[in-house]
Amino acid sequence: MSETILSVQNLHTTFTTNAGTVTAVNGVSFNLDKGEILGIVGESGSGKSVTAYSIMQILAENGRISEGKIFYKGEDLTTWDESRMRSFRGKCCSIIFQDPMTSLNPVYTAGSQIVEAIELHTDKRGDAAKKRALEMLDLVGINEPERRFKQYPFELSGGMRQRIMIAMALACEPDILIADEPTTALDVTIQAQILEEIQNLQKKMGMSVIMVTHDLGVIASLCDNIIVMYGGSICERGTADEIFYNPRHEYTKGLLRSIPSINNMKKKLVPIAGSPVNMLNLPAGCAFCTRCDEAMKICLTDKPEEIQINENHLASCWMNVKEGLTNG
Amino acid sequence: MAEPLVKVEDLKQYFPIRNGLKVNWLKAVDGVSFEINASETLGLVGESGCGKTTVGRSMLRLYEPTGGKVTFDGTEITKSNIQQMRKEMQMVFQDPYSSLDPRMTVEDIIGEPLDVHHLYANKAERHEKVLDLMDQVGLKADHAARYAHEFSGGQRQRIGIARALAVNPGFIVCDEPVSALDVSIQAQVINMFEELQNKLGVAYLFIAHDLLVVRHISKRIAVMYLGRIVEVADADELCDEPQHPYSQSLLSAVPIPDPKIARERKRIVLEGDVPSPLHMPSGCPFRTRCRYATEKCALERPELTDRGGDHFVACWNK
Repeated sequence: MSETILSVQNLHTTFTTNAGTVTAVNGVSFNLDKGEILGIVGESGSGKSVTAYSIMQILAENGRISEGKIFYKGEDLTTWDESRMRSFRGKCCSIIFQDPMTSLNPVYTAGSQIVEAIELHTDKRGDAAKKRALEMLDLVGINEPERRFKQYPFELSGGMRQRIMIAMALACEPDILIADEPTTALDVTIQAQILEEIQNLQKKMGMSVIMVTHDLGVIASLCDNIIVMYGGSICERGTADEIFYNPRHEYTKGLLRSIPSINNMKKKLVPIAGSPVNMLNLPAGCAFCTRCDEAMKICLTDKPEEIQINENHLASCWMNVKEGLTNG
Repeated sequence: MAEPLVKVEDLKQYFPIRNGLKVNWLKAVDGVSFEINASETLGLVGESGCGKTTVGRSMLRLYEPTGGKVTFDGTEITKSNIQQMRKEMQMVFQDPYSSLDPRMTVEDIIGEPLDVHHLYANKAERHEKVLDLMDQVGLKADHAARYAHEFSGGQRQRIGIARALAVNPGFIVCDEPVSALDVSIQAQVINMFEELQNKLGVAYLFIAHDLLVVRHISKRIAVMYLGRIVEVADADELCDEPQHPYSQSLLSAVPIPDPKIARERKRIVLEGDVPSPLHMPSGCPFRTRCRYATEKCALERPELTDRGGDHFVACWNK
């Protein structure tokens, strides 16, 4: 039996804006096991990044967790105060952001930023911290770590900066690594290097990874389990094989039909009609109902519950009920 | 064999980098040649900084090329006739947020090329033409009076496409037209490009970094590295049997949205980063990262040669 390290339960995150209150994350629950790579996939505005930021409690000022609990090793993070959260961030759980160009401080050298994280969270100081930072640079595959250590972010390429971010995130050996679109800003060849690096480090250090991305290709090659999000809720979850070969939510099916893949190269793509849902104005029923070809009356009025498809697969779609599947 | 619609010969685009009195030349595009037939799509792929966007822009003289020749339908494009030629050659830009004037209505954005080229007799005809273009790209007539900020990314890209189509061009440079869009919206726009091609017979140079998208839409694909084309071939052939070591590693790095294939696949991970185009390696530009590099690669630059079946490769060892 694998050990659950992080448990998110019924998470609601809301933002107060001039246009009204936006519920960006609407009742999300999931467990992350030790050593698992979990993928969260969805379009922009689906709430995948906000879910990640909620775990770290690094939401923008107008955002807050309005409901739900986040358990880390049995303790509820939502009750922790800021100083306790500071010790959680970096040491227990680290995050890599999407844009390596803007996430590093331009006026400090790459090395000093890694050392800062190490001195803050471990008892290593001075030379010991520097030694650890150089080890980390070497570990993430940076050539000439001594030279790179002294360089400023602007002197480094995008791939190199993302490696610095990863080195910084992993320097204190966190239990959980959250990667928020870590390769979106990078070229495919560099993306392959970084993904390989994350995979290797995950094996070496035995940490758990939450991979947030919109790229189904990245998810397919990396993740054990996948969560598909739409309009702030989870619409489907399961093992990578179940999601890709046996999708049971109309949104997941549509998503898979709309990307060119090896098998449907010369066939016409089948796009999902319309545009992503407006979070200020969510439909009463299923968030996807306005774009769904199969939408029924019940989809417009009632939010579908999560239904067990098989032991590795859950989906929230009324189509499954229509086909005779029920819980229990 | 019919004459190609667009012919690019030895196109060069150097940018001066001034450092005090010293001038260095950044060779963004360094001798690129290719042809595009009428109603054909040529895909152009490569990493950022390889010069693929610059190729598109130099072709339309958004930059004044340093050297080389571009011909459209037998006419050489020069500084003096480019204004007329832009009636035949248009461009769709990457970023649908910054390529539309925020102070113009959709009708004026799409109508501007009509104004420039005097393509209508009176206002009523202009209005009608704009509405017709909007209909072609799937925008509603009542959107005409709105401003760009009122639209989503996918819709803005449609406005940009309608603007490019306004002069009824034979050729459009599409510079990463779908990379800024969400996956579900991407498919809508890709399908639209294909439908418009079938209907209007327009040819595309489709520049993108997403190889699966490029393979889907293109008949042939050209791979660029550091300002040079290293391989050109039929889209399926290039993707299934790439010859150049760079194409091979590029293709092996593309994430495939299929867990079983992804797990079994072996990535060819390239060492290091792309060298700076200011300090181009001698000989073959790829040799610093190439597994097969020999002495010859450092001395002489390989040219594109036909390997049979219109498959061109620039490599000494393959």
